[in-house]
Amino acid sequence: MAEQMSRKPYVRAIGREWLTRHPRYLRYLLRELSCLFIGGWTLMMVWGLARLAQGPEAWAAFLEALRSPASVVLQVLALAFTVYHGVTWFNLTPKALPLQLGEGFVAERAIAGAHYAVWGLLSLLVLFLAGAF
Amino acid sequence: MSERVVELEVLRYNPETDQEPHFQRYSVPCREEWVVLDALNHVKENIDPTLSYRWSCHMAVCGSCGMMINREPRLACKSFLRDYEGVIRVEPLAHFPVERDLVTVIDDFVAKLKRVKPYLIPKEPKALEDGEYRQTPAQLKRYKQFTLCINCMLCYAACPEYGLIPKFIGPAAISLAHRYNQDSRDGGREERQEEIAATEGVWECAFVGACSEVCPEHVDPAAALQQVKIKSTIDWYLEHTMPWLSK
Repeated sequence: MAEQMSRKPYVRAIGREWLTRHPRYLRYLLRELSCLFIGGWTLMMVWGLARLAQGPEAWAAFLEALRSPASVVLQVLALAFTVYHGVTWFNLTPKALPLQLGEGFVAERAIAGAHYAVWGLLSLLVLFLAGAF
Repeated sequence: MSERVVELEVLRYNPETDQEPHFQRYSVPCREEWVVLDALNHVKENIDPTLSYRWSCHMAVCGSCGMMINREPRLACKSFLRDYEGVIRVEPLAHFPVERDLVTVIDDFVAKLKRVKPYLIPKEPKALEDGEYRQTPAQLKRYKQFTLCINCMLCYAACPEYGLIPKFIGPAAISLAHRYNQDSRDGGREERQEEIAATEGVWECAFVGACSEVCPEHVDPAAALQQVKIKSTIDWYLEHTMPWLSK
């Protein structure tokens, strides 16, 4: 072991300074924040379900409340954050799920692309089940 | 060859006389092809011989000269002065205690590296006369990228999780554990899992991805950590839903 000399290491405090060190940290924080909007929107849907169970009048009142300016702003924000969350995660999938074929790896674009394709297909399926077509 | 005077603002800390670090300015006449390390060497040789920093190879192989350059973790030998404008701020690597000037205390990283057993633990020990452990090019390709780590610790300085939760084993050590886990000749995964699949292992990682962005060797530690997370999750489900599979 090293001999104990007159060592006096200085520990620099870590505050919120790291957040502004590089834009990547803010982008990360935005991705994490997206869960609040996605969670909030999901709760709103559960609330809508409860109103639906209460009868046609309660359901109509719920739909009316959805049209209020505050609600529209929140829904647009929720959609933007959901898309941001989805896109950033799908773009990271090649890191988590590399696919080796022989001595090479499948192109990252193909792995992320497959996720986008499944996302699109599932969205179409949901729209189909909801009677959109 | 053009010459320009570059202003360096270097964090100084002398443990024998200072209570806390402070910045010191140096004006350095630089050549077009110089990197930050050349400027520091010029300061040490011509302006201020008391300036302390680590370096060795000057070619991004030894991993000694990692420091914060304009608040971004970088190898000083790989950071060209021509890519910077104005005053260049040079500080010791973030998230590590400062020993003196730009020299950090790296004991924590070295101890963590040791814990993850970053060496080959053969599946079946062979006698010397039985020959070498053989491997196909495809088996090599599986982990080769993760062998490129030079232990420069830039990823630790970039990782806010490590800064905020110092118990976190961190990007480089886990990537190196993953490198051996992916090696067809290795049989030590179970021993390493005790360290890297624990809370202080991969589960402190929030996938900020900064480690991979700053890695000078393009090791992509973030990828290694996510792969370990997936494998550890599969382990857990197999163990709890199909316990007869293990052993």
